[in-house]
Amino acid sequence: MATHHSLNLLKGNVLRQALVDALVKLDPRHQARNPVMFVVYIGSVLTTILWAQALLGHGEAPTWFIFWVSLWLWFTVLFANFAEAMAEGRGKAQADTLRRARKDTTARKLSAPQRDAAQTPVPASLLRKADLILCEAGDIIPADGEVVAGVASVDESAITGESAPVIREAGGDRSSITGGTRVLSDYLVIRVGANPGEAFLDRMIAMVEGAKRQKTPNEIALNILLAGFTIVCLLATATLLPFSIYSAHSANTILVAAGHTASAAPVSITILVALLVCLIPTTIGALLSAIGIAGMDRMIQANVIATSGRAVEAAGDVDVLLLDKTGTITLGNRQAVAFHPADNVTEKDLADAAQLSSLVDETPEGRSVVILAKNKFSLRQREVDHLGAAFVPFTAQTRMSGIDLQDRHIRKGADAAIEQYVQSLGGHFPPEVRVTADNISRSGGTPLVVADGAMALGVIELKDIVKGSIRERFAQLRSMGIKTVMVTGDNPLTAAAIAAEAGVDDFLAQATPETKLKLIRDYQTGGRLVAMTGDGTNDAPALAQADVAVAMNSGTQAAKEAGNMVDLDSNPTKLIEVVETGKQLLMTRGALTTFSIANDVSKYFAILPVMFASIYPQLGRLNIMNLNPHTAILSAVIFNALIIIALIPIALKGVTYRPRPANKLLLHNILIYGLGGLVVPFIGIKAIDLILNFLHF
Amino acid sequence: MTPNAWLQIALLIGTVLLLVKPVGAYMAYVYENQPVPGVGRVLGPMERGIYRVCGISPQHQQDWKRYTVALLLFNLLGFMAVYLLQRWQGWLPFNPAQMPAVAPSSLAFNTAASFVTNTNWQNYAGESTMSYCTQMAALAVQNFLSATTGLTVLVALVRGLARKTTTELGSFWVDLTRSMLYILLPLSLVLAVVLVSQGVPQTLDKYITVHLVQPFHQAGSSATAPSTLITTQTIAVGPVASQEAIKELGTNGGGFFNANSAHPFENPTGLTNFLEEVAILLLPLAFCYTFGRMVNDTRQGWAVLAAMVILLLALMIPCVMAEQAGNPLLVRYCNQQPTPLQPGGNMVGKEARFGPVNSAIFAAVATGTSTGAVNSMFDSFTPLGGLCPIWLIQLSEVAPGGVGSGLYGMLMFVLITVFIAGLMIGRTPEYLGKKIEAFEMKMASIAILVPPSLVLVGTAVACVTAAGLAGIANPGAHGFSEMLYAMTSQANNNGSAFAGLNGDTTFYNVLGALLMLAARFWTIIPTMAIAGSLARKKIIPAGSGTLATNSPLFVFILIAIIVVVIALTFFPALALGPIAEQMQMMAGHR
Repeated sequence: MATHHSLNLLKGNVLRQALVDALVKLDPRHQARNPVMFVVYIGSVLTTILWAQALLGHGEAPTWFIFWVSLWLWFTVLFANFAEAMAEGRGKAQADTLRRARKDTTARKLSAPQRDAAQTPVPASLLRKADLILCEAGDIIPADGEVVAGVASVDESAITGESAPVIREAGGDRSSITGGTRVLSDYLVIRVGANPGEAFLDRMIAMVEGAKRQKTPNEIALNILLAGFTIVCLLATATLLPFSIYSAHSANTILVAAGHTASAAPVSITILVALLVCLIPTTIGALLSAIGIAGMDRMIQANVIATSGRAVEAAGDVDVLLLDKTGTITLGNRQAVAFHPADNVTEKDLADAAQLSSLVDETPEGRSVVILAKNKFSLRQREVDHLGAAFVPFTAQTRMSGIDLQDRHIRKGADAAIEQYVQSLGGHFPPEVRVTADNISRSGGTPLVVADGAMALGVIELKDIVKGSIRERFAQLRSMGIKTVMVTGDNPLTAAAIAAEAGVDDFLAQATPETKLKLIRDYQTGGRLVAMTGDGTNDAPALAQADVAVAMNSGTQAAKEAGNMVDLDSNPTKLIEVVETGKQLLMTRGALTTFSIANDVSKYFAILPVMFASIYPQLGRLNIMNLNPHTAILSAVIFNALIIIALIPIALKGVTYRPRPANKLLLHNILIYGLGGLVVPFIGIKAIDLILNFLHF
Repeated sequence: MTPNAWLQIALLIGTVLLLVKPVGAYMAYVYENQPVPGVGRVLGPMERGIYRVCGISPQHQQDWKRYTVALLLFNLLGFMAVYLLQRWQGWLPFNPAQMPAVAPSSLAFNTAASFVTNTNWQNYAGESTMSYCTQMAALAVQNFLSATTGLTVLVALVRGLARKTTTELGSFWVDLTRSMLYILLPLSLVLAVVLVSQGVPQTLDKYITVHLVQPFHQAGSSATAPSTLITTQTIAVGPVASQEAIKELGTNGGGFFNANSAHPFENPTGLTNFLEEVAILLLPLAFCYTFGRMVNDTRQGWAVLAAMVILLLALMIPCVMAEQAGNPLLVRYCNQQPTPLQPGGNMVGKEARFGPVNSAIFAAVATGTSTGAVNSMFDSFTPLGGLCPIWLIQLSEVAPGGVGSGLYGMLMFVLITVFIAGLMIGRTPEYLGKKIEAFEMKMASIAILVPPSLVLVGTAVACVTAAGLAGIANPGAHGFSEMLYAMTSQANNNGSAFAGLNGDTTFYNVLGALLMLAARFWTIIPTMAIAGSLARKKIIPAGSGTLATNSPLFVFILIAIIVVVIALTFFPALALGPIAEQMQMMAGHR
């Protein structure tokens, strides 16, 4: 994306903006949205009031103590705001870049779908669905739509970041056009497909800005859990006031009876607030929305625009991936890899004929035959015009193509087609050619038989080239419990061979839009979540049915509408990345929740011995960290605030993720975030306590 | 820990674990509504007879709302019956001791709430308050029915997990009938007969008056009043064995006598003590296996069982250790070391026939399950020894908890654990193929939050009101422990008492009753809602990307979550009670 490079440069700006936003977010209306942080917010206000009271000489605890606790509680709130602002800031910078592409231009509205129809100038903001507009070289396309006439090269870099221009033309799978892109040559007549504000660019801006961000189902569930946990902590700390009133009274009675002065006092509200804030899951509460925003942001960094956070989350749950063979599993198209001559024909003769028949054939297969002939026998390309040859194009009826050269009639095509051709000329189709062709089919290749007139010369073997390292990728996915299914139009034999070579779990051969749709439904009925990519209009039903559907940006408007994500790079392999990003998002939430909850253990040991010191001095034995009683509570509060800052990078980047089986993943994360969450605060609180004492607090 | 202590614990847990599979498999037959092998031939016709008489259609299925409403109405009826039988017992038959109506009404209210909710908190002394009629028709019947209620809720929840895309959770009336007929009645009958053989009375005769071997003078009420010569003693008897059996099997715990299982007529020998412990643990643990069978993966059941047993042992062993170690302050004055002639340890408030080991084991067993039975007085335990039972209750009664209620409570924690652990592997959490979403989280949070909230709020109210403070017998940390225990016990439907707190006041009767009712039904309703919601979901097939909920790692996380989320919440409160006491004792003064 165009913003990739500028992001680092903007970092200073993002940081500055985030600091400002952190203060703006102190608005209670904003705070109330997050139950955990709202409790901290109320606590901060409460301790501030207590501090003011202490300044007036009615302090329930030493003024300096209330001041510092209150200050660090405010910091806790600000740190949470800052984390959220940081996450939003990155999106905002991108949105600004995108917004520059959305200039309010004047469109040329047409009365009919022809270039020479009557034109009226209309501001782009007034264009409505189904309006017809004309765009010529140099024009910024004012709205999303579909090309109804014309062919043009279009610069889509504003959206995709890809500088190479793309061809857009009426009909077919390249008819979709996005507002904000620029026509480089020729002209297009476009039927507007979206009203202002609903265009792809608008959605994209809203998405990256997080303006329309709604909480995802999983985030809601986690919020409920955190709120519940907060309520328990709230009750546990609030009831300590009556408990300590009773205990202090009772202890004083005993002291007085023994002739001592009554010295036990109930616990102060400042300490209770400090304990409460330390116990409630502030770490995850503070970072929760930042994690969500950053997850969306990571998608955008990968050039995938999701229509909702829900889709990103669902990506983590996917258990079946439908992958198109071509482009995802295999490299582009089939390539010629060998010549298999018939008996009495030399391989060189076959190669010569094959090359001749492919000279004008501009398909990738045709080109690969020419290249193979050149590599094997140094057969140079001949100029077709010099040979005085006539090219016979491929038609659906003949199912072969070739060249007529003086008296030679060279044809190449599927074995059945050539057999029919040879026999119609009174020739004999050699059995060894049939056997070779069958063998090639069986091993996953495609046979192309070459004939010169009535004589079959042999077979060209075309093969799909499976992408390097894709096999390992699928093995990883399998270990994560994700099943990969290859979808191809090939016959079952060929499909099976490629499937075996690529290491996919299953394949769908001779796929049609209907069989694809049925396959998705079958998996879904079995309780599985299916992800797929697609670009053509005929993919739309399947895309709409799939749980995670990534439409290629190069695809049709219908496909983009049906999917819940758009890949701007139009790279079908991206689906795997999408799944991983979804998983990473959930894992980050889980890891920080575990960390946050595990943190509690240490805080009891930091705060309890001190808070009841005047009632039961013997509880000092619980001070296992050997903290200074004057600074113990403050140390815990400071740690609680600083850990938020320390974890912002994890919240924004996501926890490191390597595909592996669930149990290993769980063990790994429990060790790091569970055990770590248990141990780190003991060390952290002790360290802060030492520093505070070093500073003679 | 003495070798005897290890032996006793190993014998108890070993015996129960051996029984888990056969009893659990038997219960699976009962709840999968299949013909029950063996006893089914005798009980089958009775079952069908009951359906005919009551107009129950055995094939009829209820959704979660109808099931819950049936359950609530049935319990309301039970509540009214227990209340009225107490209030009318003076006019009713089977009252040889001529007990008047239970008064005040707040006591009858508390007792009705207590027995309907499987709490069996007793603010009365059975032998001086209740007629045989009340004991049998009100209390023993509710012992059966409250245990059955727990079982029906659990079986509905398990069906919710096992079934897919349906609203049908079974029929409350069928589950009720089958639980009673096939599980609780036969087991109680067997146990009662064994108890009778050991000397537990089972009679409708009136209390026995005997002449004292050694008459004595009882001092008068004032210094000037003449003393009276006491020559006779009344020995309370009654239909004890029948009530004792279901008291343990149904994890009820309400004693026939005030002294509960410390009374020689309730728990006469070491053998009965052992059998009562086994009976208490049997159904809560065995149902884990039933659960595994019903969800077609017995390892799921064993995993939950492992978590329960580990938590139980984690507090049972320190309890035994503390009681066997005795009071360090007394070392100078008396020998607390075990010898062949005496068990040693802290013998205050304990029965000589049980000693510190079997008293502490019984305490852990009865508080780990929601059984309110006691065979020793917790008030006289060492502070640490007393901490263990109270903490076991505060775990929300899931280690292993009451009949039915323990496992459904534990499954709520399992859902929370699945949620957090599921997130950590990057998937929307699922349990047994069911997706755990916002609704389940909401309901599980309510079910888990209610008991601790009630404990904390109840204790706080008692702490700051004159009526609450009036009931405390001891000052300082021990007095706080007594209050905290009373609220903990009632708000978790346990029912055991720490003693030392005068609970029969209007304040404690009413507060306690409200806590018991809220704790019982505000966990049942969200649990049933989850059952309904889970039943409607699809079952996602497990794969290598699925969180394994039957692995040791999962058991570990489950335990960790229970400890950190619930147990540690009580840490500050416990610090003001037993922990402060223990520290004071260790510091050598009070």
